[in-house]
Amino acid sequence: MTVIIDKTDLKKKYKKVGYYPGCALEGSAIPYDKSTRAIGKALGLELVDVTDWNCCGAMEVKNIDPQVETYLSSRVLSNAQHKDKMDVVMAPCNGCYKNLKQAEHELGHNQKSRDVVSKISAKAGHEAYESGNVETIHALDWIKMGYGEDELRKKIKGGLKGLKIANYYGCMYTRPRNIFPEKAPGAGGDDLIKPHYMDDLLAVAGAENVEFPLKTACCGGAHTLSDRDMSTKLVLNILEAAEAAGAEVIATECPTCHSGLEMHQIRALKRLSKKTNVKVIYFTQLLGMAMGLSPRKVGLNGNISDSRGLMKEKGIV
Amino acid sequence: MRSVAQLEAYMDGAKPDINPAQQAADYLLVGEEMLENWVTAQERVPTQDKKEGFRILALHRQGCKGEPSFNACRETCRELAYFYNLIILEPDSEKMTSRLAMMDMVAKHLVLFIGNKMMDDQVGEFCCSSKVNRLSREQMETKVGVNNG
Repeated sequence: MTVIIDKTDLKKKYKKVGYYPGCALEGSAIPYDKSTRAIGKALGLELVDVTDWNCCGAMEVKNIDPQVETYLSSRVLSNAQHKDKMDVVMAPCNGCYKNLKQAEHELGHNQKSRDVVSKISAKAGHEAYESGNVETIHALDWIKMGYGEDELRKKIKGGLKGLKIANYYGCMYTRPRNIFPEKAPGAGGDDLIKPHYMDDLLAVAGAENVEFPLKTACCGGAHTLSDRDMSTKLVLNILEAAEAAGAEVIATECPTCHSGLEMHQIRALKRLSKKTNVKVIYFTQLLGMAMGLSPRKVGLNGNISDSRGLMKEKGIV
Repeated sequence: MRSVAQLEAYMDGAKPDINPAQQAADYLLVGEEMLENWVTAQERVPTQDKKEGFRILALHRQGCKGEPSFNACRETCRELAYFYNLIILEPDSEKMTSRLAMMDMVAKHLVLFIGNKMMDDQVGEFCCSSKVNRLSREQMETKVGVNNG
């Protein structure tokens, strides 16, 4: 089924959304959370934290029981709908975003999933979520469609001053295809094969986006515990490709990718004696600084990849 | 067909001094051979078909059957085809050196990704539509065998 996006209504619709930070943004990705909230405030977009949210089921649960995973994500959507009276939930983490989308799809297409969710929800004492009541969006959709590039341009102060950026979306922003009907060709959403929303937003902020062929390639995040050396090699290849493309910064929009890039950049130096200098920064941090927010306000000091020197050198802060 | 270890060693080593078109064809072949290894490991016969003019894309599609998470390398395969086209169709481009360097890294990524997938098969993963450990292969093929990636 192809869903055609009604862009005219989105600015109104996304002005106030439910916010689902997920576990990463309260832990390893605090700077992503901080910068997302900061730019929301600066742009006048309101975030309402989903009441009593829980794990989306992204990691271990899916390998044990995918229907429990669907339930976990459905509970987040149920709370957003029934407790917070929201019809849109924004999830900045690719894992959460993908899982909520997947739950939406499952509940719309699979009777068994509906039965399981209904049964567990009743047992847990809350209303079961029914597909079609809450729209899940990513932070990229939120700003690109909910605020708009023309409006964003007016908010840019110092800008990114030609900072060369490789935009890295990771594997889950566009996969699996069937759960993102709005990204199907002609539907009006981002591109499944070559996503560009982050490129578009950072270009508005004054960045120079480099051609980066590994923008949706695997970062090895899943294997970082089972085979760290392989993850290090995958990340090193991404970092080296970004540098070869001329990038000074890799912009990220997924906390798993971001942490992987930062940690394995250090590990590649220690274990493989391979040094790369490209900095890893969340796109929300870059947008915030382009809008004149201080590095501290967007949590730049919380990143492992220390980009404060580069930002000063480029005159961005 | 070279083994995974041979392909990894090839990508890690110095490349032969050949013209760009041959080098591009070589990288494409590395991708195809990695996919052949993957398909063969799934106890299937690698296809000789082409998709959009490229065998690598047909092999990738074949490799996804029953394994939707394998789609995480779909764009990597497409990028190899893209760089191959650029190098062949614009032989005098001033960007030739950088295009070859990029194609090298894209090919390397595919080799690393598939090599890793082959080691970690059945472990379950954090990428899209990962299969479920407790299901048998037969169940997996009927449940998630449709290529949704």
